[in-house]
Amino acid sequence: GERYALSASLDNARHLSSLLRAVHFQDHATCFATASGLRVTVEDAKCIQANAFIQAEIFQEFSVQEESVMFRISLSVLLDCLTIFGTSSLPGTSTALRMCYRGYGYPLMLFLEEGGVVTVCKINTQEPEELLDFDFCSTKVVNKIILQSEGLREAFAELDMTSEVLQITMSPDKPYFRLSTFGNAGSAHLDYPRDSDLMEAFHCSQTQTNRYKISLLKPSTKALALSCKVSIRTDAQGFLSLQYMIRNEDGQICFVEYYCCPDENISEAEL
Amino acid sequence: LSRIGDELYLEPTESGLSLRAVNSSRSAFASFLFAPLFFQLYEPGGAGPDTELFRCKVHMKSFLGVFRSLPSLEKSVGKCLILLKPRASRLVLQLHCKYGVTKTHNLAFQECERLQAVFDTQSCASRLCAPARVLAEAVVHFPLTLAEVTLGTGPGGKISLRNYVEDEAEPSKTMVTELWLAEDEFQSVAVAPGSHITFCLKEFRGLLGFAEASNLPLTIHFDEPGRPVVFTLDDTVLEVHLVLATLSDLNSNSQSPSTNGVSHLPVPSDDFADDLESYMAAMETSEGGSGGPPSPTF
Repeated sequence: GERYALSASLDNARHLSSLLRAVHFQDHATCFATASGLRVTVEDAKCIQANAFIQAEIFQEFSVQEESVMFRISLSVLLDCLTIFGTSSLPGTSTALRMCYRGYGYPLMLFLEEGGVVTVCKINTQEPEELLDFDFCSTKVVNKIILQSEGLREAFAELDMTSEVLQITMSPDKPYFRLSTFGNAGSAHLDYPRDSDLMEAFHCSQTQTNRYKISLLKPSTKALALSCKVSIRTDAQGFLSLQYMIRNEDGQICFVEYYCCPDENISEAEL
Repeated sequence: LSRIGDELYLEPTESGLSLRAVNSSRSAFASFLFAPLFFQLYEPGGAGPDTELFRCKVHMKSFLGVFRSLPSLEKSVGKCLILLKPRASRLVLQLHCKYGVTKTHNLAFQECERLQAVFDTQSCASRLCAPARVLAEAVVHFPLTLAEVTLGTGPGGKISLRNYVEDEAEPSKTMVTELWLAEDEFQSVAVAPGSHITFCLKEFRGLLGFAEASNLPLTIHFDEPGRPVVFTLDDTVLEVHLVLATLSDLNSNSQSPSTNGVSHLPVPSDDFADDLESYMAAMETSEGGSGGPPSPTF
Protein backbone atom coordinates (compact mmCIF):
# COMPACT_ATOMS: atom_id res chain seq x y z
CA GLY A 1 0.00 0.00 0.00
CA GLU A 2 0.91 3.63 -0.27
CA ARG A 3 2.55 5.36 2.62
CA TYR A 4 0.60 8.37 3.70
CA ALA A 5 2.17 11.11 5.79
CA LEU A 6 -1.16 11.33 7.58
CA SER A 7 -3.93 8.76 7.56
CA ALA A 8 -6.96 8.71 9.83
CA SER A 9 -10.38 7.09 10.13
CA LEU A 10 -13.37 8.37 12.05
CA ASP A 11 -16.70 6.58 12.39
CA ASN A 12 -18.59 9.79 12.98
CA ALA A 13 -17.33 12.81 11.03
CA ARG A 14 -19.37 15.08 13.32
CA HIS A 15 -16.75 14.54 16.02
CA LEU A 16 -14.44 16.50 13.77
CA SER A 17 -16.78 18.90 11.97
CA SER A 18 -18.45 20.32 15.10
CA LEU A 19 -15.07 21.19 16.60
CA LEU A 20 -13.82 22.76 13.39
CA ARG A 21 -16.98 24.91 13.23
CA ALA A 22 -16.12 26.24 16.67
CA VAL A 23 -12.95 27.82 15.22
CA HIS A 24 -14.26 28.71 11.77
CA PHE A 25 -14.03 32.51 11.80
CA GLN A 26 -11.61 32.74 8.90
CA ASP A 27 -11.52 30.94 5.63
CA HIS A 28 -8.12 29.32 6.04
CA ALA A 29 -6.68 27.12 8.76
CA THR A 30 -3.40 25.43 9.50
CA CYS A 31 -3.50 21.71 10.25
CA PHE A 32 -0.76 20.26 12.39
CA ALA A 33 -0.68 16.53 13.04
CA THR A 34 1.57 14.50 15.32
CA ALA A 35 1.18 11.04 16.78
CA SER A 36 -0.82 12.66 19.61
CA GLY A 37 -3.47 13.97 17.32
CA LEU A 38 -4.64 16.80 15.12
CA ARG A 39 -4.53 20.53 15.87
CA VAL A 40 -6.35 22.98 13.60
CA THR A 41 -5.40 26.65 13.99
CA VAL A 42 -7.20 29.76 12.74
CA GLU A 43 -5.88 33.29 13.19
CA ASP A 44 -7.05 36.84 12.50
CA ALA A 45 -5.57 40.32 12.58
CA LYS A 46 -2.40 39.07 14.27
CA CYS A 47 -4.43 39.41 17.46
CA ILE A 48 -6.48 36.30 17.86
CA GLN A 49 -5.79 32.60 17.51
CA ALA A 50 -8.11 29.64 17.92
CA ASN A 51 -7.03 26.03 18.14
CA ALA A 52 -9.16 22.92 17.92
CA PHE A 53 -7.54 19.78 19.35
CA ILE A 54 -8.72 16.37 18.31
CA GLN A 55 -6.53 13.80 20.02
CA ALA A 56 -5.56 10.52 18.34
CA GLU A 57 -7.83 8.52 20.72
CA ILE A 58 -10.92 10.12 19.17
CA PHE A 59 -10.10 8.51 15.82
CA GLN A 60 -10.60 4.84 15.09
CA GLU A 61 -7.30 4.93 13.26
CA PHE A 62 -4.67 7.67 13.35
CA SER A 63 -1.16 7.43 11.97
CA VAL A 64 1.45 10.05 11.19
CA GLN A 65 4.56 8.80 9.41
CA GLU A 66 6.96 11.66 10.07
CA GLU A 67 7.42 13.46 13.35
CA SER A 68 4.81 15.96 12.30
CA VAL A 69 2.81 16.99 9.30
CA MET A 70 1.69 20.57 8.64
CA PHE A 71 -0.29 22.20 5.86
CA ARG A 72 -2.62 25.11 5.22
CA ILE A 73 -6.09 24.41 3.87
CA SER A 74 -9.41 26.12 3.21
CA LEU A 75 -11.42 25.44 6.35
CA SER A 76 -14.64 26.48 4.60
CA VAL A 77 -14.10 23.84 1.92
CA LEU A 78 -13.05 21.22 4.44
CA LEU A 79 -16.22 21.81 6.47
CA ASP A 80 -18.39 21.73 3.37
CA CYS A 81 -16.90 18.35 2.48
CA LEU A 82 -17.20 16.88 5.96
CA THR A 83 -20.87 17.85 6.00
CA ILE A 84 -21.55 16.91 2.42
CA PHE A 85 -24.34 14.57 3.44
CA GLY A 86 -26.09 17.37 5.26
CA THR A 87 -25.80 18.88 8.70
CA SER A 88 -29.01 17.65 10.28
CA SER A 89 -28.44 14.36 12.03
CA LEU A 90 -31.00 11.59 12.03
CA PRO A 91 -30.63 9.40 15.08
CA GLY A 92 -28.48 6.39 14.35
CA THR A 93 -26.99 7.75 11.12
CA SER A 94 -23.55 9.21 10.83
CA THR A 95 -21.01 9.97 8.16
CA ALA A 96 -17.88 7.81 8.26
CA LEU A 97 -14.63 9.54 7.31
CA ARG A 98 -11.26 8.44 6.03
CA MET A 99 -8.62 11.13 5.62
CA CYS A 100 -5.34 10.66 3.70
CA TYR A 101 -2.49 13.05 3.04
CA ARG A 102 0.56 11.96 1.05
CA GLY A 103 2.75 14.83 2.14
CA TYR A 104 4.03 18.21 1.08
CA GLY A 105 2.42 19.43 -2.12
CA TYR A 106 -0.28 16.77 -2.17
CA PRO A 107 -3.99 17.43 -1.68
CA LEU A 108 -5.91 16.21 1.35
CA MET A 109 -8.14 13.27 0.34
CA LEU A 110 -11.41 12.69 2.12
CA PHE A 111 -13.57 9.59 1.72
CA LEU A 112 -17.00 10.09 3.22
CA GLU A 113 -19.64 7.40 3.48
CA GLU A 114 -23.21 7.46 4.67
CA GLY A 115 -25.88 4.88 4.01
CA GLY A 116 -23.79 3.13 1.39
CA VAL A 117 -23.15 6.32 -0.60
CA VAL A 118 -19.49 7.30 -0.94
CA THR A 119 -18.11 10.74 -1.75
CA VAL A 120 -14.47 11.38 -2.53
CA CYS A 121 -13.08 14.87 -1.99
CA LYS A 122 -9.70 16.22 -2.94
CA ILE A 123 -8.79 19.51 -1.29
CA ASN A 124 -5.67 21.41 -2.29
CA THR A 125 -3.24 22.24 0.45
CA GLN A 126 -0.95 25.26 0.74
CA GLU A 127 2.33 26.19 2.31
CA PRO A 128 1.75 26.62 6.04
CA GLU A 129 2.25 30.17 7.34
CA GLU A 130 4.00 31.11 10.52
CA LEU A 131 1.66 31.00 13.46
CA LEU A 132 1.49 33.39 16.40
CA ASP A 133 3.03 32.19 19.61
CA PHE A 134 1.20 33.66 22.57
CA ASP A 135 3.73 32.02 24.89
CA PHE A 136 1.00 31.39 27.40
CA CYS A 137 2.10 28.93 30.01
CA SER A 138 0.73 28.17 33.44
CA THR A 139 3.63 29.86 35.26
CA LYS A 140 2.81 33.19 33.66
CA VAL A 141 -0.88 33.12 34.57
CA VAL A 142 -1.94 35.95 36.89
CA ASN A 143 -5.66 35.25 37.14
CA LYS A 144 -7.62 32.11 36.41
CA ILE A 145 -11.23 31.05 36.78
CA ILE A 146 -13.17 28.04 35.60
CA LEU A 147 -16.85 28.56 34.91
CA GLN A 148 -19.64 26.26 33.87
CA SER A 149 -20.39 27.22 30.28
CA GLU A 150 -24.12 27.31 30.97
CA GLY A 151 -23.65 30.56 32.86
CA LEU A 152 -21.85 32.33 30.03
CA ARG A 153 -23.68 31.08 26.95
CA GLU A 154 -26.56 33.54 27.05
CA ALA A 155 -24.22 36.39 27.98
CA PHE A 156 -22.03 35.83 24.93
CA ALA A 157 -24.95 35.29 22.60
CA GLU A 158 -26.48 38.60 23.75
CA LEU A 159 -23.30 40.70 23.82
CA ASP A 160 -23.96 44.29 22.83
CA MET A 161 -22.24 44.31 19.44
CA THR A 162 -22.55 48.09 19.19
CA SER A 163 -19.71 48.14 21.72
CA GLU A 164 -16.26 48.03 20.16
CA VAL A 165 -14.74 46.25 23.09
CA LEU A 166 -15.44 43.53 25.59
CA GLN A 167 -13.88 44.49 28.90
CA ILE A 168 -12.94 41.70 31.30
CA THR A 169 -12.26 42.42 34.96
CA MET A 170 -10.84 39.74 37.22
CA SER A 171 -10.17 40.50 40.84
CA PRO A 172 -9.76 38.92 44.28
CA ASP A 173 -12.25 41.60 45.44
CA LYS A 174 -15.65 42.70 44.11
CA PRO A 175 -16.76 42.49 41.35
CA TYR A 176 -14.58 39.29 41.14
CA PHE A 177 -15.40 38.54 37.51
CA ARG A 178 -17.07 41.14 35.30
CA LEU A 179 -17.82 41.35 31.59
CA SER A 180 -18.55 44.87 30.35
CA THR A 181 -19.64 46.46 27.10
CA PHE A 182 -19.95 50.13 26.15
CA GLY A 183 -22.48 50.37 23.35
CA ASN A 184 -24.88 52.89 21.84
CA ALA A 185 -27.53 52.36 24.50
CA GLY A 186 -25.07 52.74 27.37
CA SER A 187 -22.80 50.46 29.36
CA ALA A 188 -23.69 46.97 30.55
CA HIS A 189 -21.93 44.89 33.20
CA LEU A 190 -22.31 41.22 33.89
CA ASP A 191 -21.02 40.19 37.32
CA TYR A 192 -20.24 36.66 38.51
CA PRO A 193 -19.53 36.41 42.25
CA ARG A 194 -16.72 34.12 43.37
CA ASP A 195 -19.12 31.98 45.39
CA SER A 196 -21.56 31.44 42.52
CA ASP A 197 -22.59 27.84 41.85
CA LEU A 198 -21.28 28.36 38.34
CA MET A 199 -17.76 29.07 39.54
CA GLU A 200 -15.78 25.81 39.57
CA ALA A 201 -12.44 27.40 40.35
CA PHE A 202 -11.45 30.93 41.32
CA HIS A 203 -7.77 31.86 41.49
CA CYS A 204 -7.40 35.62 41.18
CA SER A 205 -4.42 37.22 42.86
CA GLN A 206 -4.46 40.66 41.27
CA THR A 207 -7.10 43.07 39.99
CA GLN A 208 -6.84 43.24 36.22
CA THR A 209 -9.05 44.98 33.71
CA ASN A 210 -8.41 44.39 30.04
CA ARG A 211 -10.27 45.26 26.87
CA TYR A 212 -10.47 43.08 23.79
CA LYS A 213 -11.99 43.85 20.39
CA ILE A 214 -15.48 42.40 20.60
CA SER A 215 -15.53 41.44 16.92
CA LEU A 216 -12.51 39.18 17.51
CA LEU A 217 -13.99 37.43 20.53
CA LYS A 218 -17.56 37.03 19.28
CA PRO A 219 -16.71 33.88 17.22
CA SER A 220 -15.73 32.12 20.45
CA THR A 221 -19.47 31.97 21.20
CA LYS A 222 -19.62 28.84 19.00
CA ALA A 223 -17.02 27.07 21.11
CA LEU A 224 -18.84 28.18 24.25
CA ALA A 225 -22.10 26.77 22.95
CA LEU A 226 -20.52 23.32 22.49
CA SER A 227 -18.63 23.28 25.75
CA CYS A 228 -19.52 22.27 29.28
CA LYS A 229 -16.75 24.21 31.02
CA VAL A 230 -14.52 27.16 30.20
CA SER A 231 -11.29 28.30 31.78
CA ILE A 232 -10.47 31.99 31.56
CA ARG A 233 -6.88 33.05 32.19
CA THR A 234 -4.89 36.25 31.81
CA ASP A 235 -1.17 36.91 32.05
CA ALA A 236 0.73 40.01 33.17
CA GLN A 237 0.43 41.61 29.70
CA GLY A 238 -3.34 41.10 29.64
CA PHE A 239 -3.26 38.35 27.04
CA LEU A 240 -6.38 36.28 27.32
CA SER A 241 -6.67 32.51 27.12
CA LEU A 242 -10.07 30.86 26.86
CA GLN A 243 -10.07 27.07 27.01
CA TYR A 244 -13.25 25.18 26.30
CA MET A 245 -13.87 21.60 27.38
CA ILE A 246 -16.13 19.91 24.85
CA ARG A 247 -17.78 16.55 25.29
CA ASN A 248 -18.84 14.87 22.04
CA GLU A 249 -21.81 12.55 21.40
CA ASP A 250 -19.80 9.54 22.60
CA GLY A 251 -18.74 11.27 25.80
CA GLN A 252 -15.17 11.85 24.65
CA ILE A 253 -13.42 15.06 25.68
CA CYS A 254 -11.84 17.51 23.24
CA PHE A 255 -10.53 21.02 23.67
CA VAL A 256 -10.79 24.29 21.83
CA GLU A 257 -8.82 27.30 22.91
CA TYR A 258 -8.84 30.97 21.98
CA TYR A 259 -5.99 33.41 22.60
CA CYS A 260 -6.51 37.13 22.29
CA CYS A 261 -4.31 40.23 22.61
CA PRO A 262 -5.63 43.07 24.74
CA ASP A 263 -6.91 46.13 22.87
CA GLU A 264 -5.50 48.52 25.46
CA ASN A 265 -4.46 48.22 29.06
CA ILE A 266 -6.36 50.38 31.50
CA SER A 267 -5.91 50.41 35.23
CA GLU A 268 -9.42 51.43 36.24
CA ALA A 269 -12.72 49.96 35.14
CA GLU A 270 -15.16 52.38 33.53
CA LEU A 271 -18.45 52.45 35.42
CA LEU B 1 -45.58 50.79 23.96
CA SER B 2 -42.98 50.07 21.29
CA ARG B 3 -45.81 49.77 18.75
CA ILE B 4 -46.66 53.39 19.46
CA GLY B 5 -43.38 55.28 19.65
CA ASP B 6 -39.58 55.11 19.53
CA GLU B 7 -39.08 56.71 22.91
CA LEU B 8 -40.13 55.51 26.32
CA TYR B 9 -41.10 58.20 28.82
CA LEU B 10 -40.63 57.31 32.48
CA GLU B 11 -42.44 59.36 35.04
CA PRO B 12 -42.37 58.35 38.69
CA THR B 13 -45.38 59.75 40.51
CA GLU B 14 -46.79 59.40 44.02
CA SER B 15 -49.45 57.07 42.59
CA GLY B 16 -46.92 54.88 40.84
CA LEU B 17 -44.50 54.60 37.94
CA SER B 18 -45.92 55.78 34.66
CA LEU B 19 -44.47 54.53 31.36
CA ARG B 20 -45.67 56.42 28.29
CA ALA B 21 -45.22 56.68 24.57
CA VAL B 22 -46.48 58.88 21.77
CA ASN B 23 -46.19 58.42 18.03
CA SER B 24 -44.42 60.82 15.71
CA SER B 25 -47.64 62.29 14.30
CA ARG B 26 -49.02 62.78 17.83
CA SER B 27 -52.10 60.78 16.87
CA ALA B 28 -51.53 57.97 19.38
CA PHE B 29 -50.63 58.09 23.07
CA ALA B 30 -50.37 55.27 25.57
CA SER B 31 -49.64 55.16 29.27
CA PHE B 32 -49.13 52.34 31.72
CA LEU B 33 -49.37 53.31 35.36
CA PHE B 34 -47.95 50.72 37.77
CA ALA B 35 -49.19 51.35 41.30
CA PRO B 36 -46.66 51.25 44.19
CA LEU B 37 -48.14 47.88 45.24
CA PHE B 38 -47.04 46.37 41.92
CA PHE B 39 -43.44 46.66 43.14
CA GLN B 40 -41.62 45.05 46.06
CA LEU B 41 -40.18 48.47 46.78
CA TYR B 42 -41.24 51.80 45.32
CA GLU B 43 -39.44 55.02 46.22
CA PRO B 44 -40.31 57.82 43.81
CA GLY B 45 -37.60 59.96 45.35
CA GLY B 46 -37.69 63.70 45.32
CA ALA B 47 -35.79 65.91 47.75
CA GLY B 48 -38.84 67.43 49.40
CA PRO B 49 -42.63 67.75 49.16
CA ASP B 50 -42.41 70.66 46.73
CA THR B 51 -39.73 69.39 44.34
CA GLU B 52 -41.07 67.86 41.17
CA LEU B 53 -40.25 64.23 40.70
CA PHE B 54 -37.64 63.60 38.04
CA ARG B 55 -38.82 62.35 34.65
CA CYS B 56 -36.92 61.23 31.59
CA LYS B 57 -37.13 59.47 28.28
CA VAL B 58 -34.95 56.73 26.80
CA HIS B 59 -34.75 55.11 23.38
CA MET B 60 -37.33 52.33 23.24
CA LYS B 61 -34.84 49.95 21.59
CA SER B 62 -32.28 50.51 24.34
CA PHE B 63 -34.81 49.75 27.04
CA LEU B 64 -36.20 46.69 25.26
CA GLY B 65 -32.64 45.44 24.73
CA VAL B 66 -32.35 44.88 28.47
CA PHE B 67 -35.32 42.49 28.47
CA ARG B 68 -34.42 40.65 25.31
CA SER B 69 -35.79 37.15 25.66
CA LEU B 70 -38.91 36.83 27.80
CA PRO B 71 -38.76 33.02 28.21
CA SER B 72 -35.14 33.16 29.38
CA LEU B 73 -35.97 36.10 31.66
CA GLU B 74 -38.65 34.07 33.34
CA LYS B 75 -36.24 31.20 33.86
CA SER B 76 -33.20 33.05 35.06
CA VAL B 77 -34.10 36.45 36.48
CA GLY B 78 -35.32 36.79 40.04
CA LYS B 79 -35.50 40.54 40.55
CA CYS B 80 -35.20 43.74 38.60
CA LEU B 81 -33.99 46.97 40.13
CA ILE B 82 -34.70 50.27 38.38
CA LEU B 83 -32.77 53.31 39.56
CA LEU B 84 -32.98 56.77 38.16
CA LYS B 85 -29.72 58.65 38.74
CA PRO B 86 -30.21 62.22 37.52
CA ARG B 87 -26.76 63.38 38.59
CA ALA B 88 -25.02 60.59 36.71
CA SER B 89 -27.46 60.98 33.79
CA ARG B 90 -28.14 57.30 33.92
CA LEU B 91 -31.15 55.06 34.15
CA VAL B 92 -29.89 51.90 35.82
CA LEU B 93 -31.62 48.60 35.18
CA GLN B 94 -30.17 45.79 37.22
CA LEU B 95 -31.29 42.21 36.78
CA HIS B 96 -30.58 39.81 39.62
CA CYS B 97 -30.25 36.39 38.03
CA LYS B 98 -29.74 32.76 38.92
CA TYR B 99 -26.40 31.65 40.40
CA GLY B 100 -25.78 35.05 41.95
CA VAL B 101 -25.17 36.66 38.57
CA THR B 102 -26.01 40.37 38.24
CA LYS B 103 -26.62 42.17 34.95
CA THR B 104 -26.38 45.94 35.21
CA HIS B 105 -27.41 48.20 32.34
CA ASN B 106 -26.63 51.90 32.53
CA LEU B 107 -28.81 53.61 29.94
CA ALA B 108 -28.36 57.19 28.84
CA PHE B 109 -31.54 59.25 29.12
CA GLN B 110 -32.83 62.64 28.09
CA GLU B 111 -34.76 65.00 30.28
CA CYS B 112 -38.19 65.76 28.92
CA GLU B 113 -41.41 67.63 29.35
CA ARG B 114 -44.42 65.91 30.83
CA LEU B 115 -46.09 63.81 28.17
CA GLN B 116 -49.85 63.82 28.59
CA ALA B 117 -52.67 63.44 26.14
CA VAL B 118 -55.77 65.53 26.69
CA PHE B 119 -58.80 63.32 27.13
CA ASP B 120 -61.74 62.80 29.43
CA THR B 121 -63.44 59.44 29.43
CA GLN B 122 -66.32 60.85 31.50
CA SER B 123 -67.39 63.12 28.68
CA CYS B 124 -67.55 60.36 26.06
CA ALA B 125 -71.04 59.63 24.75
CA SER B 126 -70.41 55.92 24.21
CA ARG B 127 -68.73 53.18 26.17
CA LEU B 128 -68.21 49.48 25.46
CA CYS B 129 -66.56 46.88 27.60
CA ALA B 130 -65.58 43.43 26.37
CA PRO B 131 -63.15 40.66 27.29
CA ALA B 132 -59.98 41.17 25.28
CA ARG B 133 -60.48 37.78 23.67
CA VAL B 134 -63.73 38.84 21.97
CA LEU B 135 -62.07 41.85 20.35
CA ALA B 136 -58.93 39.89 19.49
CA GLU B 137 -61.01 37.25 17.73
CA ALA B 138 -62.84 39.97 15.82
CA VAL B 139 -59.72 41.82 14.75
CA VAL B 140 -58.05 38.66 13.46
CA HIS B 141 -60.27 38.81 10.36
CA PHE B 142 -58.58 41.95 9.15
CA PRO B 143 -55.27 41.78 7.29
CA LEU B 144 -52.19 42.84 9.22
CA THR B 145 -51.55 45.56 6.67
CA LEU B 146 -54.91 47.22 7.23
CA ALA B 147 -54.39 50.75 8.45
CA GLU B 148 -57.75 51.82 9.78
CA VAL B 149 -60.88 50.19 11.07
CA THR B 150 -64.34 51.62 11.70
CA LEU B 151 -66.22 50.70 14.83
CA GLY B 152 -69.94 51.37 14.66
CA THR B 153 -73.19 50.81 16.46
CA GLY B 154 -76.09 49.31 14.60
CA PRO B 155 -79.68 48.33 15.10
CA GLY B 156 -80.49 45.89 17.85
CA GLY B 157 -77.51 47.01 19.90
CA LYS B 158 -75.11 45.25 17.56
CA ILE B 159 -71.56 46.52 17.24
CA SER B 160 -69.81 46.43 13.88
CA LEU B 161 -66.21 46.43 12.83
CA ARG B 162 -65.30 47.02 9.23
CA ASN B 163 -62.15 47.94 7.39
CA TYR B 164 -61.99 51.58 6.46
CA VAL B 165 -61.90 52.21 2.74
CA GLU B 166 -60.73 55.55 1.44
CA ASP B 167 -62.93 57.66 -0.84
CA GLU B 168 -60.48 57.40 -3.69
CA ALA B 169 -60.56 53.60 -3.71
CA GLU B 170 -62.21 51.95 -6.71
CA PRO B 171 -65.31 50.11 -5.58
CA SER B 172 -64.77 47.14 -7.88
CA LYS B 173 -61.25 46.56 -6.62
CA THR B 174 -61.98 46.89 -2.97
CA MET B 175 -62.65 44.11 -0.51
CA VAL B 176 -64.82 45.06 2.40
CA THR B 177 -64.80 42.95 5.51
CA GLU B 178 -67.45 43.65 8.05
CA LEU B 179 -68.36 41.76 11.15
CA TRP B 180 -71.05 42.23 13.74
CA LEU B 181 -70.87 41.48 17.41
CA ALA B 182 -74.02 40.92 19.43
CA GLU B 183 -74.63 42.95 22.56
CA ASP B 184 -74.31 39.89 24.79
CA GLU B 185 -70.65 39.44 23.79
CA PHE B 186 -69.90 42.62 25.71
CA GLN B 187 -69.75 43.05 29.45
CA SER B 188 -71.42 46.40 29.09
CA VAL B 189 -72.76 48.49 26.26
CA ALA B 190 -73.74 52.14 26.72
CA VAL B 191 -73.64 53.67 23.27
CA ALA B 192 -75.21 56.50 21.38
CA PRO B 193 -77.18 54.91 18.52
CA GLY B 194 -75.83 55.33 15.00
CA SER B 195 -72.40 56.33 16.19
CA HIS B 196 -69.19 55.29 14.54
CA ILE B 197 -65.47 56.08 14.72
CA THR B 198 -62.49 55.23 12.55
CA PHE B 199 -59.08 54.68 14.12
CA CYS B 200 -55.70 53.09 13.45
CA LEU B 201 -55.74 49.34 13.85
CA LYS B 202 -51.97 48.80 14.23
CA GLU B 203 -51.73 50.75 17.47
CA PHE B 204 -54.88 49.13 18.80
CA ARG B 205 -53.51 45.62 18.08
CA GLY B 206 -50.58 46.32 20.37
CA LEU B 207 -52.84 47.03 23.32
CA LEU B 208 -55.10 44.12 22.45
CA GLY B 209 -52.11 41.75 22.63
CA PHE B 210 -51.28 43.01 26.09
CA ALA B 211 -54.90 42.80 27.24
CA GLU B 212 -55.23 39.23 26.02
CA ALA B 213 -51.99 38.15 27.69
CA SER B 214 -53.05 39.72 30.99
CA ASN B 215 -56.64 38.51 30.64
CA LEU B 216 -58.12 41.94 31.31
CA PRO B 217 -61.38 43.32 29.95
CA LEU B 218 -60.99 46.24 27.57
CA THR B 219 -63.17 49.34 27.77
CA ILE B 220 -63.64 51.56 24.73
CA HIS B 221 -64.72 55.16 25.33
CA PHE B 222 -65.72 57.10 22.24
CA ASP B 223 -67.68 60.08 21.08
CA GLU B 224 -68.14 61.84 17.73
CA PRO B 225 -65.86 61.16 14.77
CA GLY B 226 -62.80 63.37 15.11
CA ARG B 227 -62.75 63.18 18.90
CA PRO B 228 -60.21 60.75 20.32
CA VAL B 229 -61.13 57.18 21.23
CA VAL B 230 -59.81 56.01 24.59
CA PHE B 231 -59.12 52.33 25.35
CA THR B 232 -58.62 51.46 28.98
CA LEU B 233 -57.54 48.43 30.97
CA ASP B 234 -57.95 48.34 34.70
CA ASP B 235 -56.44 46.14 37.32
CA THR B 236 -55.73 46.55 41.03
CA VAL B 237 -52.12 47.53 40.36
CA LEU B 238 -52.18 48.66 36.75
CA GLU B 239 -54.00 51.34 34.78
CA VAL B 240 -53.60 51.42 31.02
CA HIS B 241 -54.78 54.10 28.62
CA LEU B 242 -54.47 54.17 24.87
CA VAL B 243 -55.71 57.35 23.20
CA LEU B 244 -56.07 57.35 19.43
CA ALA B 245 -57.14 60.13 17.11
CA THR B 246 -60.15 59.29 14.98
CA LEU B 247 -61.09 60.38 11.49
CA SER B 248 -63.51 63.28 11.38
CA ASP B 249 -66.67 62.75 9.37
CA LEU B 250 -66.47 64.93 6.27
CA ASN B 251 -69.94 64.06 4.95
CA SER B 252 -72.39 63.50 7.74
CA ASN B 253 -74.36 60.39 6.96
CA SER B 254 -77.53 59.36 8.76
CA GLN B 255 -77.07 55.78 7.56
CA SER B 256 -74.81 53.61 9.59
CA PRO B 257 -71.81 53.14 9.01
CA SER B 258 -70.52 55.58 6.37
CA THR B 259 -70.12 53.65 3.15
CA ASN B 260 -68.08 56.11 1.08
CA GLY B 261 -69.61 54.84 -2.12
CA VAL B 262 -68.80 51.21 -1.48
CA SER B 263 -71.78 48.92 -1.20
CA HIS B 264 -72.08 47.38 2.21
CA LEU B 265 -73.55 44.12 3.33
CA PRO B 266 -76.97 44.30 4.92
CA VAL B 267 -77.17 43.94 8.70
CA PRO B 268 -77.92 40.31 9.43
CA SER B 269 -81.24 39.56 11.13
CA ASP B 270 -81.29 38.69 14.81
CA ASP B 271 -81.64 34.99 14.13
CA PHE B 272 -78.72 35.01 11.72
CA ALA B 273 -76.98 32.38 13.79
CA ASP B 274 -79.89 29.99 13.21
CA ASP B 275 -80.91 31.02 9.72
CA LEU B 276 -77.94 30.90 7.36
CA GLU B 277 -80.12 30.27 4.29
CA SER B 278 -82.17 33.43 4.53
CA TYR B 279 -79.00 35.44 5.03
CA MET B 280 -77.48 34.05 1.87
CA ALA B 281 -80.60 34.99 -0.02
CA ALA B 282 -80.40 38.51 1.41
CA MET B 283 -76.84 38.84 0.09
CA GLU B 284 -77.84 37.89 -3.42
CA THR B 285 -80.43 40.59 -3.62
CA SER B 286 -78.34 43.36 -2.02
CA GLU B 287 -77.03 46.21 -4.16
CA GLY B 288 -73.91 44.86 -5.74
CA GLY B 289 -70.90 46.96 -6.66
CA SER B 290 -70.14 47.45 -10.32
CA GLY B 291 -69.11 43.99 -11.33
CA GLY B 292 -72.21 41.94 -10.68
CA PRO B 293 -73.86 40.55 -7.58
CA PRO B 294 -71.54 39.23 -4.90
CA SER B 295 -71.43 35.47 -4.70
CA PRO B 296 -71.93 33.80 -1.35
CA THR B 297 -68.56 32.75 -0.08
CA PHE B 298 -69.51 30.67 2.94
